[in-house]
Amino acid sequence: MSFPFSTVTTPSPRITAEDRWKSLRIVSRGDVVYRIVLTAVALVLPAVLVALTLELVVNAWPAIKAFGPGFFTHSTWDPVASRFGALPLIVGTLYSSLVAMLIAVPLALGVAIFLTEFAPRPLRRPVATLVELLAAIPSVIYGLWGIFVLLPLLRDMIWPVVGPALSWLPIFQGVFYGPSVLAGGIILAIMVLPYVAAVSREVLLAVPPAQREAALALGATRWEAVWTVILPYGRTGIAGAVMLGLGRAVGETMAVTMVIGNRHEISASLIQPGYTIAAAIANEFAEASSAMHLSALFYVGLVLFLVTVTVNALARLLVWRVARGSAVGSAAI
Amino acid sequence: MRISRRLVGAFMTGATYTAALLAILPLAAIFGMLVAKGAGSIDWAFFTRSSVPLGETGGGFAHAIAGTLIIVGLACAIGVPVGVGIGIYLAEFGAGRLGWVVRFVADILNGTPSIVIGIFAWTWLVKPMGTFSALAGGAALSVILMPIVARTTEEMVRLVPNSLREAALALGYPRWRTSLQIVARTAGAGIVTGVLVAMARVAGETAPLLFTALGNQYFSTRLTGPMAALPLQIYVYAVGPYEEWRRQAWAGALVLILLVLSLGIAARWVTRGKRAGG
Amino acid sequence: MATRFRSALLALATLAAAPPLTAQSEVRITGAGATFPYPIYSKWVLEYTKARPNIEINYQSIGSGGGIRQFMDRTVQFGATDGPMTDSQITAIRGNVLHIPTVLGAVVPVYNLPGVTGQLRFTSDVLGGIYLGQITRWNDTRIAAANPGVALPDRDVIVIHRSDGSGTTYVWTDYLAKVSADWSRRVGRGTAVNWPVGLGGQGNPGVASTVSRTPGAIGYVELVYALQNRIAYGLVRNRAGNFINATLASTTAAASGAVASLPDTTDFRISITDAAGADTYPIASFTWILLPRQMTDASIARPLLEWLWWATHDGQRFATDLGYAALPTRVVQLIESRLRSISLGGRSVLPANYSGTGARR
Repeated sequence: MSFPFSTVTTPSPRITAEDRWKSLRIVSRGDVVYRIVLTAVALVLPAVLVALTLELVVNAWPAIKAFGPGFFTHSTWDPVASRFGALPLIVGTLYSSLVAMLIAVPLALGVAIFLTEFAPRPLRRPVATLVELLAAIPSVIYGLWGIFVLLPLLRDMIWPVVGPALSWLPIFQGVFYGPSVLAGGIILAIMVLPYVAAVSREVLLAVPPAQREAALALGATRWEAVWTVILPYGRTGIAGAVMLGLGRAVGETMAVTMVIGNRHEISASLIQPGYTIAAAIANEFAEASSAMHLSALFYVGLVLFLVTVTVNALARLLVWRVARGSAVGSAAI
Repeated sequence: MRISRRLVGAFMTGATYTAALLAILPLAAIFGMLVAKGAGSIDWAFFTRSSVPLGETGGGFAHAIAGTLIIVGLACAIGVPVGVGIGIYLAEFGAGRLGWVVRFVADILNGTPSIVIGIFAWTWLVKPMGTFSALAGGAALSVILMPIVARTTEEMVRLVPNSLREAALALGYPRWRTSLQIVARTAGAGIVTGVLVAMARVAGETAPLLFTALGNQYFSTRLTGPMAALPLQIYVYAVGPYEEWRRQAWAGALVLILLVLSLGIAARWVTRGKRAGG
Repeated sequence: MATRFRSALLALATLAAAPPLTAQSEVRITGAGATFPYPIYSKWVLEYTKARPNIEINYQSIGSGGGIRQFMDRTVQFGATDGPMTDSQITAIRGNVLHIPTVLGAVVPVYNLPGVTGQLRFTSDVLGGIYLGQITRWNDTRIAAANPGVALPDRDVIVIHRSDGSGTTYVWTDYLAKVSADWSRRVGRGTAVNWPVGLGGQGNPGVASTVSRTPGAIGYVELVYALQNRIAYGLVRNRAGNFINATLASTTAAASGAVASLPDTTDFRISITDAAGADTYPIASFTWILLPRQMTDASIARPLLEWLWWATHDGQRFATDLGYAALPTRVVQLIESRLRSISLGGRSVLPANYSGTGARR
């Protein structure tokens, strides 16, 4: 067939590979604009983070200058005398989070293993959804439930039964009023469990099936396969999941302040009231009427921020290493 | 030997079943409580009337419900465009160093305690403006919303098959049009899901609103003044001693959880067709 | 799916644009502060705005500490506190504040002792000892000595105090500082102090609710919170040695001595705890509204002052129903001259011969 308009063939110019690449790169001005706009938008997040850090440091500076590192070793929080020591807050935060993790991690791992190994297939989706639902419940509703259900349950039904047997232990000394580090820890455990469970589940799912099959082929029972092969394989990621949960626990505010007793004091006993950094800020920020009190709250807020940044950074690094940069852990959102 | 190993296996299987049960137990307990204590107090007055003074009856949560809708709406107005933009950036151009930094920052902000974000909004908006405002509350919530929307958008945009992009490029579309019209639109349902999930999360936040929106006994739609919000109102009423207040707190909690749940269900419904159709 | 998104947006927008269910107000006043007078302030707002639907007065009951702080930050238009501002706080805002007393109230010790009927009697030693952590059981001899014939249970005393910055705390600690040298030395007086023992409750409502939920607890609240929630409260022994119940009469009596000797130039920051007199209730206090001497917002200046004038005159009749005592006449007269002295842009907000609004607007 002949093409009526191309009887003359012109020799084609030499098109190099380079030229072809260049022509694919930036085709129109629209692309340049698009990229600039999107980059600017993307810079908003780092800008917010920088602004946040700056504002915390600047406002905490008077307290940092006045108290220095002694802020973390003194226990007196005295607004009248303008002397502030944050040790009870830090201890309270760590103690309640520790209790929460001790309760939540085994349970969450159990749930994750259940969902990936032992649950009958039709049950997996519904149970996973139900566990995720726990993460959807707002903190204030946990607090409401904590005040009116958990505290009376602990104080009036559980403690009178187990108390006499346990009260010789230093961690159970004292009178149990209700509001306590234990109550705070339990509520935190329930709130943190879905996050640890969801990320652990993703981590376990990412373990290559070959590992599991190899263990089973060697004669392991299903549980032995989990315990000796799968869990160790995923241990980095699970560590990351635990760190993520810890990050949530230290920052939780509303539910904690409603059940922990709000007392600036250190006590080894779980059944005594305590205080956390987040709860103290929630209660005192809007009313600190001396500049130093406000600055002390910023100081302690800065500490909380740095702790959560570190814990979260660690968690992300651990989880990313396992899941190779995919958005595993966004499931924990 | 065989038997003891089997026993251990059976025991641990049972243990994981127990763990799952224990995990779901609080869920049932909380929901049961909310329905039992709250359902009876939800009536027409609850949705149409605002606070009344102590000692009077017949008050409602109209101002708090409206306040939450407005403040969450504000958070979305600020946070969704920015978040979606960041997500598209990360998916399209995010392979380099800046992309890594932005992703890292998003995860950090995601894990930042919401009370710290509340302080941030107070310092930058309430103090300079000289007033508590719904705007400051919405801005605080948007800082929580942005990273969530950004990450889910990135995921969704990444899922769009490369063949679609290449087809558009082959047809002569410039990159920006490919990105906006083809890729983003295909990922649209997923992006909406991410937005709805983020909305469900911020609708329940109380701490950032404590020193930004402050609260209001009146029904207000003024963005530059204090505004009531559902979680705030629940908190104030829950710790009070009045039976009337506590009754309303339970009812408010039930309404809040239903709001959060419906956003979650809407999120799944939006992608339901997508998942089946593929 | 894009249409689904669009229709969802539309639905949200319609909801947000829904007409408000009350009339739009032109005058919106925001105040914050003490929980002590919250019941009477919210009653005043309701009664005053009944005839004036274009005025909205939003009072956030966040505690006196919050009231002082927000007032100093100028994030609210009036503050409310029962712990007066300190000299250093007043200097920090260059003296631009007036304390206007609004009612008299009493702080009562509330307790939760199932099985104990009748009102317990507390001496100043007992209250100081309990809050210092020196008296830890209800059947302590010191409590028994003040309550002959009452079978006190052998259980722990659970101390409840305020976790927020509170004027009620100021009144309570002011009293304890006057009657206990130990307390004065170790703790002092203030809206937020370093409590030796106890649990924190948020606001008067928080303390009331914690006490009523915790058997064996003792706390301190403004009288109306004890009455409204039907919590048992005790008699307190005054300086003259009599155990006095917090009533209208005893609260008014507590103020009368101080008021009689009030100079005309007073700034009203007077403490009436531990007053002399046979029938005075020892833990009584004024509660104040904080106003700037020089106002800056023309839209709310006059309505705010008019409301306060009404509250300190006509509004007083609502106070007694709620358990507060009305202001003594001399105090009201002095308040009148203070309110007339407030200026906006160099000129007085209220006219020189102002004498109340009646049923204006």
